[in-house]
Amino acid sequence: MSQDFRLDKIGMVNRNKKISFTFNGKKYFGYEGDTIASALIANGVHLVGRSFKYHRPRGFFGVGVDEPYAILQLERNNERDPNIRATEQEIFEGLEVKSVNCWPSVNFDIGAINNFLKMFFPAGFYYKTFMWPPSFWYKIYEPFIRMAAGFGEASIKHDKERYEHKYEYCDLLITGSGPSGLASAYAAAKNGARVILAEDKPRYGGSLLTSDVNIGNQTGIEWSEKIITELKSMSNVIVKNRSQVFGYYDHNMLVMSERISDHLPKTQKYLPKQRLWYIRAKEVLISSGSIERPLVFGNNDTPGVMLSSAAKEYMKVYGVLVGKKPLIFTNNDSGYETAIEFKKNGVNPLILDTRKEPSSDIISEAKNLGIEIKFSYVVVAAKGYKKVKSADIAKISDNKKDLSNIENIECDCICVSGFWTPSIHLASQSGNKSEFNEKIDAFIPKKSKQKENTIGSANGKFTLEETINEAFEKGYEVSNKITENNNKVSIPTVVEKKSTEHDKFWCVPLPKGKSYKRFLDFQNDVAVTDIELALREGFRSIEHVKRYTTLGMATDQGKTSNLNGLQLVSDIENKVVPQVGHTTFRPPYTPVSIGAIVGREVGKHSKPTRKSPMHEWHEKNNAIFVDAGVWLRPRYYKQGNETLFEASKREAKNVRKNVGVCDVTTLGKIDVKGPDAAEFLNRVYTNAWLKLPVGKARYGVMLREDGIVMDDGTTTRISENHYHMTTTTAQAANVLSHLEYYLQLVWPELNVNVVSTTEQWAGAAIAGPNSRALLMKLFPNTDVSNEGLPFMGYKEADLFGFPAKIYRISFSGELAYEVNVESDYGNFMWEKIIEVGKEFQIQPYGTEALSTLRIEMGHVAASELDGRTIPHDASLEGLVSKKKDFIGKRSLSRSAFIKPDREKIVGVVPLDKTTSIPEGSYIVKDPKAKLPNPKLGHVSASCWSVEYDNPFSLAIIKDGKNMIGQKLFAMSPLKNKTIPVEIVSSHYVDPEGKRVRA
Amino acid sequence: MLYIFCPHCGLRSQNEFAYGGDATVKRPELNKEISDKDWDNFVYLRKSPRGKHLELWHHISGCRQWIKVERDTSTHEIFKTYKADELTE
Repeated sequence: MSQDFRLDKIGMVNRNKKISFTFNGKKYFGYEGDTIASALIANGVHLVGRSFKYHRPRGFFGVGVDEPYAILQLERNNERDPNIRATEQEIFEGLEVKSVNCWPSVNFDIGAINNFLKMFFPAGFYYKTFMWPPSFWYKIYEPFIRMAAGFGEASIKHDKERYEHKYEYCDLLITGSGPSGLASAYAAAKNGARVILAEDKPRYGGSLLTSDVNIGNQTGIEWSEKIITELKSMSNVIVKNRSQVFGYYDHNMLVMSERISDHLPKTQKYLPKQRLWYIRAKEVLISSGSIERPLVFGNNDTPGVMLSSAAKEYMKVYGVLVGKKPLIFTNNDSGYETAIEFKKNGVNPLILDTRKEPSSDIISEAKNLGIEIKFSYVVVAAKGYKKVKSADIAKISDNKKDLSNIENIECDCICVSGFWTPSIHLASQSGNKSEFNEKIDAFIPKKSKQKENTIGSANGKFTLEETINEAFEKGYEVSNKITENNNKVSIPTVVEKKSTEHDKFWCVPLPKGKSYKRFLDFQNDVAVTDIELALREGFRSIEHVKRYTTLGMATDQGKTSNLNGLQLVSDIENKVVPQVGHTTFRPPYTPVSIGAIVGREVGKHSKPTRKSPMHEWHEKNNAIFVDAGVWLRPRYYKQGNETLFEASKREAKNVRKNVGVCDVTTLGKIDVKGPDAAEFLNRVYTNAWLKLPVGKARYGVMLREDGIVMDDGTTTRISENHYHMTTTTAQAANVLSHLEYYLQLVWPELNVNVVSTTEQWAGAAIAGPNSRALLMKLFPNTDVSNEGLPFMGYKEADLFGFPAKIYRISFSGELAYEVNVESDYGNFMWEKIIEVGKEFQIQPYGTEALSTLRIEMGHVAASELDGRTIPHDASLEGLVSKKKDFIGKRSLSRSAFIKPDREKIVGVVPLDKTTSIPEGSYIVKDPKAKLPNPKLGHVSASCWSVEYDNPFSLAIIKDGKNMIGQKLFAMSPLKNKTIPVEIVSSHYVDPEGKRVRA
Repeated sequence: MLYIFCPHCGLRSQNEFAYGGDATVKRPELNKEISDKDWDNFVYLRKSPRGKHLELWHHISGCRQWIKVERDTSTHEIFKTYKADELTE
């Protein structure tokens, strides 16, 4: 297909590299360096989407981040990427894009019926319509809104692309490589500052790419190329293109997204798709430039109506004509530059200037070129539905209120220029309260809040000479503050055309009897009438008007609409714009991929994966793993076709009958050392610790200050001033922080140090009646008899030449020991235990069997110590000292904690001895009681008792101690089950604890 | 993201720290009678001022020291930081 709108002699795209892509299934060609927008315009395609609310045809309005509505959905390597601006996305071979917000196609969109029903879609439509009856919400309103809302669909598949995060520190971050960015970066870099210069476009230079100027006897483009080349060669400078600084956060932290591979057919090896930079800058220069402001007139959203600066950039950068019969509608001199560019490329434009008799260099130049100009003229309305075909134009009276001489003239595009709006988004995000500048009818940054300065046209400096001078000065000044160097570079002379004043006119009145839609916010379909209605309905604050009408919301953040909206509000309210104020600009300035925000922390990398030293052995022996905090623990070891239930039962039974071994490396371990260690433990735990002898372990419970159990575990006195504390796997980090808090802040007088040793020790729990026999073989030189190593005893021993620690503690309720060796020897220890244990029928057991064993013993764990229970509730009141004070003790005497029918842990057995009780079930007296059924408590943990071969559960219920023997019901509304049960003691097996002491 | 001066390590990003709440709360002394009301105030009641506030931060991914940070809760300006045992002004 020929590119009818491509110019031969102009533009920066690579004509030697033709690239094909498809848009809505149709194949097109462009050149390397084209965006989707420029390539489509070159092919004469202007209709790319449908508008948000009315589904009106939408084309291209801008040429970069300013684009409010050419938002497409991209397909790349079978991945969907929504919310892509056609004006920013570069084309690559095989690119597939399609329109959004239209069905069945962009050319014929059923939703466009909204356009004819627009009287029913006024501002606040959603608030007004979807109110009553409430029952309509789920079935009718919500599906309707969901179908109608949004630009594009997110991919539901896993994104296989890689996104990275990078942290960077610099002296000076400069956002934008236009004339002010380049000049300030150059001045600062030459003065020794570490500079990052970020440019959101692929090409550096900003407005220099399209303006007819000279800097230091070079063209603007030549100058910018020279500066960039030199900056790139300097070791103290980072220059990044395709990089948008989109957010300005606290303490001079800025975030930038670098699009590394978005313009390539495929992400290159070793490179991410995008990189998110967290930049901590000592100083920031915001040189983000300005965006041309639209003029408001009838049907100003018709495809073919666009910013005049965009039309110029399409010609000069891409060599593309946006039309062959252009109408330029302007209130200032900028429109003339576009007109002159058209003329130079052999196209005759017509200029409508709202001003009466302006004169300047550039107007004279246009006149001399023979360009037709109509002064005091406006566009009343664009005509044509899917593309501009003609325009109604009219003469406007000097007071700008009355139209006359309305006529229709043919044209194929309308390039509008309503003067310029500085991009103050970043400054505003940093907390800078802006001020209104009457001269340019726009807000500019005021006093710096953080370490930021705004320069160039973003600061309302609209001549190149002012911009260059200011930027060189600022670059030097800021760098001098940081580096204290005094290397000043000379400021080049600037040659540019002089402009004259703009006209404050911005909105064309409606001719009598016409009701054209005049749009302010193109992305969100907000027209003049919507704002008028909002104000009639009593909305006054600009923030309320914004939310009611959606003006300036969403990804556009009011880039083109903001000031015209404010103008309208102030006109109606008879105020001036600064009184109305502007809404808050929020990051991100442009949309950011969720992937880039998440970075590498996705899927299995979303948190660290910790493995015990014995992990490989578990893998080789068919362990099925479960996440325990950040650890991977064997849940069970599968034999043959065993299910989880069968395997865990086998493993638990073997512990009760013979001996089992369980990897307990993941338990938190904390070394507590110092002369005051005993006193410290005495304050941390609820029970007494001062008299624990060396070589003995003790079980302890610690509380939070509010009396709730925080954690439990055993702590062993290794030597006079050295204790080895264990915590539950999940609470290890919290307990350490808790201990540090008290040592550093509350009782700094205690001479104690704590340090985590979780990863230093590998642990194996050996449990079962055969465990002592096994230990005797593992440690032949150590006395492990009941006298030599009694229950809760501790011994250091020699495991085939390696130092080991033996703790006689038990979680399973059987005779049991925990053996620790240094992590490096963990696997050796494990293999030896398995090898030597063979003759005692040893089997490894996982967390599922571990749970079964502890549940039927009535030992509490995280499901009981769930952040709601006090020691009494878990039957741990025997461990609460009455004599001494400790953390949280005072809370235990609060009225709710001492009432007689306080919840307590009990055992629950189904009457039929076969039906398992779902965890989380309610315990109730009457299963037929009116809902909500008054519950006595809940089932916290369930297992299949291997001792009695029937289901057994633990529950925490009201007045638990007096409920034993009662017949109640376990109800699970989730599983739709009601099970008659009997309440029994939570110590279901070996209630006297004979086995552990055997 | 805040940039917090740890008195032990220097300027560090906020993501190395855990927030620890009001630093002006003093735990009641051990083994001393205290009324329900006073105890409840200590356990549950915290001031949440707008403006200058002394707070605790734990340099959890750094030196593991608890520090006190004098910060403006509305502007996030950090005026001064102190070691745990340092007297605050």
